[in-house]
Formats: sequence, structure tokens, C-alpha cells
Amino acid sequence: MTITSHTHVPETALPAPTVHRAPKRASRFRPGAGKQLNGGPFAYIALAVVGIGSLLPLYWTLVAASHTQDEVLASTPPFLPGGRLMHNLDAAWTQAHLGKAIVNSVIVSGCITVATLFFCTLAGYAFAKMRFRGRGALMTGVILTLTIPPQLSVVPLFMMMADLGWGGNLESVIFPTLVSAFGVFFMRQYLLEALPYELIEAAKIDGANNFRIVLSIVLPVARPAMMVLGMLTFVQAWNDFFWPYLALNQQNPTLQVALGQLSASYTPDQSIVMAGALISTLPLLVVFVVFGKRIVGGIMSGAVKG
Amino acid sequence: MATSTPTRDAYAPPPRGSQQKPVNARRQMWRSRLWRFDDKASPYAYIAPFFLVFAAFGLYPLVYTGWIALHRVEMTGLDQMEWVGWANFDRILHDAEFWTAVTNTFLIGVMSTVPQLLVALGLAHLLNYKLRASTFWRTIILTPYATSVASAALVFALVFRADGGLLNWVLHFVGLGHTNWANGEWTSKIAISVIVIWRWTGYNTLIYLAAMQAVPSDLYEAASLDGASRWQQFRKVTIPSLRPTILFTIVISTIGAMQLFGEPLLLEGGAIGATGGTENQYETLSVYLYNYGWHLGHLGPAAAVAWAMLALLLIIAGINWLFGRFVRKSAV
Repeated sequence: MTITSHTHVPETALPAPTVHRAPKRASRFRPGAGKQLNGGPFAYIALAVVGIGSLLPLYWTLVAASHTQDEVLASTPPFLPGGRLMHNLDAAWTQAHLGKAIVNSVIVSGCITVATLFFCTLAGYAFAKMRFRGRGALMTGVILTLTIPPQLSVVPLFMMMADLGWGGNLESVIFPTLVSAFGVFFMRQYLLEALPYELIEAAKIDGANNFRIVLSIVLPVARPAMMVLGMLTFVQAWNDFFWPYLALNQQNPTLQVALGQLSASYTPDQSIVMAGALISTLPLLVVFVVFGKRIVGGIMSGAVKG
Repeated sequence: MATSTPTRDAYAPPPRGSQQKPVNARRQMWRSRLWRFDDKASPYAYIAPFFLVFAAFGLYPLVYTGWIALHRVEMTGLDQMEWVGWANFDRILHDAEFWTAVTNTFLIGVMSTVPQLLVALGLAHLLNYKLRASTFWRTIILTPYATSVASAALVFALVFRADGGLLNWVLHFVGLGHTNWANGEWTSKIAISVIVIWRWTGYNTLIYLAAMQAVPSDLYEAASLDGASRWQQFRKVTIPSLRPTILFTIVISTIGAMQLFGEPLLLEGGAIGATGGTENQYETLSVYLYNYGWHLGHLGPAAAVAWAMLALLLIIAGINWLFGRFVRKSAV
């Protein structure tokens, strides 16, 4: 026999069908999971290396934020967090309007998230379960808008905002982001499968009008997907940089804008900048630790039928 | 049953010989018309917010950009527009810095997208094995996604710093000497690509993993019965099944790469960041646009840059389309 014979299972050597089928029970939970192979030590080592690479910059943020700049940039940098964290946070707080920036970031991200959830669930429901003229073409239009970078419209947008009297105000960041094509697509994918037509029919027979159906049937069914979309939207709104950086100013920034301006000042103190970076990242890291599983599941479920 | 609820009226047979009949009939007609209107109009009402917001803050400005590109508009007087024709386009197309930015955007795009997607593919394959604490690994790998461009760029700016940078310290240990990362033509592009790769690899990994888990297990069963090794299975079963997903991530990453802004702006920060390095060695198109419009205050040329980006996007889309056709053809 050839060398490869040990990977080739001769048909006569196949185990009895019942034994062969046994691991398939797992596939009820995840498609394809029944045939999963066990990961060897190499898989764990590789993942550990990548995992450390993922976390190291975050750890370095903490270390740099808790020392003086001189210590951070010394020929032998520190490896453990030091005791200057509070001092640096305090300095970042006063130098970069961080207090105001946090409030602004919460307002902006909160408004965007709530609006996106509401509008995208409505639109997603319409695209998933309602019949209307032009549905396919309009959905294609929604997806196409995903491919337009914001860079293409910032110049007139900036002028429009000045015209509207929103220049430098939070409105100029909130309004262009009230809806998202991804959100519409995401909710549509979810509702296509999660919302049975029978439920809608039953509600209609009971005399519910369309909006009533949305309130008492669609929203409850959509809740898990809305949770995930809400978290993804919040992360994105919180981290958004390009347009807020152009639209807002030093007196009224979001956290990311404040951070960008802090580092753009003439002689930025690196450990104070890192303290600012820590403040802007920490809330999301907490969200990730608490809801990590759901966010992971959400990204995966939104991706499959891309 | 004399007082039936209005909902039942539509389905109960009309009471015979009753004097209420004409009233009921009219009410039913009115109701059914209302119902039909509700059914017809509701879907449009539900999708309207998306299209209204997009029209107002996406499409209209996109078209208006073209108009502004033909005018002289200064940051100092936004309401004064002076017709200049093609002068703005002339100006940027004859600016060597513009072409540097185009080249840089393209190079950084390739340098960040290709390794990122390859690593993501490999990682997804690893995560597709049965692992202990699989959710833990997935979450860890996704963590950089929670970091903002600004935070990530600033931390890596420290890591890539010439003096007192963490990376140079490590390299010094290995005996590889001293590199001024941000100053080099290629090293600065590497630095920026690393930031992009760090933030987005986990995200793409999960997208690939989701697609891998949707591959029917019969295919693997059949392949292993035919004596395919694991590597052969990966190449002949996994990759072909993932083709649409891979194309999707290529498109998404390409669009993302065209927009790179925070990473180059903050790598060195300040005025150096606004011009993408002392020699524009890592200036991207977005930074170029920002520099013209918001740093120098000339919005006309900035709008012309936006239209140049649109043209570039269409070219890339065309290449993608051709590439997709080529891939499909060669698969048959």
C-alpha cells in the first residue's frame, strides 16, 4: 500500500453506520459542526500568539498611561503599570475637554443607536416580509449605498451644516448617521428567517393594522437581533473619526475628536495622550467582556449570506 | 351577538334583514379601503426614513460635490462661490502630491488587505476546529475591533516611534539596529498597514468562520473518502465554497482602504500628519482631501479630490468585476 494509506479509509473498514452517524448530533446546533476535527496543540499555540498580539497594544496603552512620558520613552521601557494613572487621567481631562467629550460621545452614540435600531428594524421588516412594488430594486439600492465612502460627500455636507446652523454642533454628526444600510440588511436577514408569515397573518385576522403588527409582533421577535445591531452600531458610532473630526471643533468634541486634537497639539505628552486613549477605549472593552459572545455571534450571523 | 366587535364584522355574514345593513356596508367599504391603503403605504413608510436620510446627507451632497468642484470656495467664506470651471481639477491633477497620494492609497491598500485576508483565512480555519473555549478565542481575536482608529493609531505611533519606541527596543535586542519607521518610504507604509491589519483581521476572521461553518459536511466526508488530505480538503473544498465570501471581504476591505484617514493622520500627528509625513511618504487620498479642505482651507480642490476618488472607486469596481468574472470562468 502507498504511504498515504493511513489517511485513506478503505470502505470495508468503515464503522457501522450507527457509530459513524453518532457525532452528527452536534450539527443540530451548528451546521457543519458534526464533522469538526479536534484542534491540535498547534492550533492553540497559533491562537495564543495571535491573541497576545491582539491584546498587547491595549496592555501597552495601560502601561504608557500610568507612567511619565520620560519613563515610557526610556531606553528600557516599563512593562508593568505604574502609579501615575490618576495624574495622567486628570491632565488629559483638563487638557482635552474630556469631560465634555465623554458626554458628547454618549449623546451622539446613544441617539444614533436608538434611531438606527428603530428605522432599520422597520425597513428590515418591510424588505423581509412585506410585498410592494420595487422591493428588489430598492434593496439593491440600499446595499449599493454601502459602497459609497463618506469622503465623497463631506465638502458639501460641511457647507450644508453651516447653512443649517449646525456647524460644530452634535446635530451635524448625528443626523447623517441616523440610518445604516448595514442595519437594514442585517435586520432583513434576521427577520426573513425568524418571523413566520403565520404570525403576521394571525395578527391580521385579529384585526391588527400594520403598525400594530410592528409593535406587538415584529419588535419582540426582532429583539435578539436588535441587541446585536445596537451594540455594533454603538461601537461604530463611538469610534467614528473622519466626519466628526471635520465637523466638530475643539470646544465641542466627541472623545475621538478630542483624542485626535490632543495628539495634534504642538508638544503632546505621550502618556497623557495614552490616558485619553484609555478613557475612550475602556467603555467598549467592558461592553466586549460582557457581551463578547453576542457580538461575535452577531458579526457571524450578519456575514453568512453576504 | 348583537354587538359584535368591528373586527369580526368583516368576517361574519351580514345579519339578514337587519336595518343596520346599509350602515354596515358603508362602514365596511370605508374600512377595507383604509386597510388597503395601510397595506399599500406601510412598506413605503417603513423604508422611507432610510432613503430620506440617504438622499439628504448622502446622495445630494455627492452630486453637489461635483458642482462645488467647479467653484472657488474658501473655508473663511463658505457662502461665497466663484465659478472657476475645471481649474480645481487642473490644479490637483498637476499636483505631484496628488499622484503620490493615489499611489500611497493603492500601495497601503494592497499591503494591508492582502496579508489581513490571508491571515484571517488561516485563523478562521484554526477556529473551525473543535476547540476548548472557542468563544473565548473568538472574542479575544475580535477585541481590536472595539478600539477606535484614534486610539489604535496613537498606541502604534508609540510602538513605531523612532526614539524610545517599543518596536525599536525589541529590534535592538535582536540586533537589528535602529529604524526610523515613520520617515521611511516603505517602513511608514508598513507601520500604517500594521495598524489596519491589527484592527480588522479579527473581524474578517469571523466572517470567514461563519462561511466555513455553512459548508455542508458531506463535502468533507466525500473528500476524505476519496483520500484527500486536510490541506487538500482546505484547498479543494473550503476555499471554493468560500469564494463569494472572499470576494465580499475583498470589496469591503478595498472600500475601507480607500478611506484610510485616522491612521496616517495620527501616526506622527500635528502638521506632519496633515501632509502624510515630511515627504508625503504615507499620505492617503483622504488625508490629501483633509489637508486641502480643512488644513489649507480650499474647499474647491478638496471637492475635486472627492470626485477623483469616485472615479478611482469606479475603476476599482470595474477591476473587481472583471476579476470576479475571471474567477468564475476559471472555476468552470
